[in-house]
Amino acid sequence: MSLSVDAGSRSRTVPPGPRRHARPPGSRRFWSWLDLRATPYLFVSPYFILFAIFGVFPLIFTAWVSLHDWQLAGDKTFIGMENYTELLADDKFWNSVLNTVGIFVIATVPQLLLALLLANALNKKLRGRLVLRLSVLAPLITSVVAVAVVFTQLYGRDYGLVNWVLGAFGIDPIHWQNEKWSSWIAIATMIDWRWTGYNAIIYLAAMQTIPKDLYEAAAIDGASPRRQFWGITVPLLKPTIIFTVIVSTIGGFTLFAEPVMFGAGLMTGGTTGQFQTVAMFIVKEGFRDFQYGYAAAAAWILFLLIMITALINFAIVRGIGRSR
Amino acid sequence: MMNNTRRGVLAAVAAGALAFTAAACGGDEAPAAAPSAGGSAAPAPAEKIEITLNTFGGGENFAYDDAVAQWNAANPNVQVKYVNLTDRFEDTYLPQVLQWLEAGSGAGDIIAMDEGAMGLMAARPQYFADLGQYGLDSRKADFPAFKYDVGVNTEGKLFALGTDIGGMAMCYRTDLFEKAGLPTNRDEVSKLWPTWNDYLEVGKKFKAKVPDAGFVDGANTVYNSVLAQEAGKNGGLYYFDKSQALVVDKNPGVKAAFDYVQSLSSAGLTAKLRSWSEEWNTAMQKGGFATMGCPSWMLGVISGTSGESNAKKWDVAAVPGGSGNWGGSWLMVPSQSKHPKEAADVLNFLTGKDGQVAAFKEGGNFPSSIPAQQDPTVADAKNAYFNDAPSGPIFAASVAQLAPVFFGEKHAQVKAAVEEVLVGADQGSVKWDEAWTRFVEEGVKAAG
Repeated sequence: MSLSVDAGSRSRTVPPGPRRHARPPGSRRFWSWLDLRATPYLFVSPYFILFAIFGVFPLIFTAWVSLHDWQLAGDKTFIGMENYTELLADDKFWNSVLNTVGIFVIATVPQLLLALLLANALNKKLRGRLVLRLSVLAPLITSVVAVAVVFTQLYGRDYGLVNWVLGAFGIDPIHWQNEKWSSWIAIATMIDWRWTGYNAIIYLAAMQTIPKDLYEAAAIDGASPRRQFWGITVPLLKPTIIFTVIVSTIGGFTLFAEPVMFGAGLMTGGTTGQFQTVAMFIVKEGFRDFQYGYAAAAAWILFLLIMITALINFAIVRGIGRSR
Repeated sequence: MMNNTRRGVLAAVAAGALAFTAAACGGDEAPAAAPSAGGSAAPAPAEKIEITLNTFGGGENFAYDDAVAQWNAANPNVQVKYVNLTDRFEDTYLPQVLQWLEAGSGAGDIIAMDEGAMGLMAARPQYFADLGQYGLDSRKADFPAFKYDVGVNTEGKLFALGTDIGGMAMCYRTDLFEKAGLPTNRDEVSKLWPTWNDYLEVGKKFKAKVPDAGFVDGANTVYNSVLAQEAGKNGGLYYFDKSQALVVDKNPGVKAAFDYVQSLSSAGLTAKLRSWSEEWNTAMQKGGFATMGCPSWMLGVISGTSGESNAKKWDVAAVPGGSGNWGGSWLMVPSQSKHPKEAADVLNFLTGKDGQVAAFKEGGNFPSSIPAQQDPTVADAKNAYFNDAPSGPIFAASVAQLAPVFFGEKHAQVKAAVEEVLVGADQGSVKWDEAWTRFVEEGVKAAG
């Protein structure tokens, strides 16, 4: 608003004239340039300044730290890429990558499929639709740690509910923390319990933007509801699916609270690292063993892994529905 | 005094129990500030000085409210501000303190430190004031050597004085012992196991009669109890020798403790529980195991976790081998303090007899200072939750014979890593015949 007013007043009050001093128009030109060109940047700058302080700077500083043998309250020596070469040869790091990817896959794939089916069901005309829609979102408002604590008790070896139920079918108690497969399943259920509803609501919102006449036309052509779902709903949801997949990838790769609580609050993720995720590995190296440089290098590798995986997922999801 | 994350989690429950312990000790309320309190205070400085005291741990952990009130009443010009920063030592307090030390500001004038990080602090002499400069090395005779020597840094200077001490006893459940046909009286129980081998034999008898409960909780507590004794027999070394070289594979004490845990676990005597886990807590309440290595602070953990319904079911006997220690803390003055002299005076008071007795009354923290241990408040202390067990004499006896020990710079990391292998072997995720190799490997990795 003020921009246009000022611009207008300039065109009115500054007629070209030889008697005018060069200086006032110059300074005025400066102010109006500032007003027209610079102020917009000034107005959007708070976000970018905060982003620079809390986003870009830590990223670059982490990279700088990762090039050192950086001991907290100890020696700091520049060692170039040594942390990275050591890390790439560290089987504990790769074990944590394997755990992270493994838990991500067994948690996310069923989660998103379930969310899609749930959203499709909630999109139908149902009695008490609002209550149902709200209730699938309810797990999201619970605290991650509370969820993890309760689930960890359910999966207890000696006094857990899950083993008690399994025992009724004659199955021996499972020590869920002891094996990779069992710990991964336990953690995946915690994630799915909390996030399935969230993704379902996002899908539901997207589904409601799909024009009804497409379904009507399909129905006239004799397409079954299943055919309509795969032929219309899924392809048109593709941008939303891509969004949820990328968000899930980032969430899955930074998985932390659930496995920590599942492992009695330790960063080791089980006695042999059965469920130690990369985020736990970073915290363990940085804040338990005080090897900041090594932890910083691991954080950067994690960043790259997330980028690569998100791109791969993007490519896979983009192909969905193309063959149908 | 509570030296790790898991204990921090329990601290809330423990706090109530500690208050209970204190009440049971016959202590009424804090005595009126005696003239001797802080008697070493310097001639009053012109202006008021504030000394910040930073501690960690949940609830009543360091239990300095009364002691600080005593000091503040007697020294109007040097006022102590007692700030308990967090209940979590390993993952919050220690990283924070290290950052303050590195930054050169932010830390209190006096900071508390747990046993696990003492090796690290001793290797960073540049960050701490030399307490000998303020005459505190004259306190040497007040402490058992194993407590005093840990406060001497790599430059041979005194930088920290001890507060509380773990000591070691063996807690047992009288109801389970009765079921197994074993004696339940604590003196008779102590006679059952003069050595660790006797303890193993008692365990086999127990297990034959009560197959559905463990004799021991798991690998951690027994390992720590045996290792503390074995370290004393092997030059006071745990995982590092005095030149900071890793000796996890060479120290016969470590191997002996490892082998003992293996023999207990292979005989099926453990309940295969990890200390500080939910399962461990539940088993404590439900009688899932019969005995557990008990430093003094563990009494509060047991009573807090097991709850009132299990009162009088637990009792305290002597530990096999007769001595031991697990845990305990120290106080130190960072060199960044602006008032190191006054801070050293306060530190002297808190680690002295009056300060330690006050902390014992308030929170049940067993004193490391010998005069404080001999004070009737401590020496005659009984614990009502544990059938009025004479906790004072039991713990005093367990620390009387301890040999000095040495903590390496990376003691805490190596300890955490190797114990993880032991828990894994006990629970079955690591095979016992591969466990020792793995134990050493993990130790080497953790030492960097």
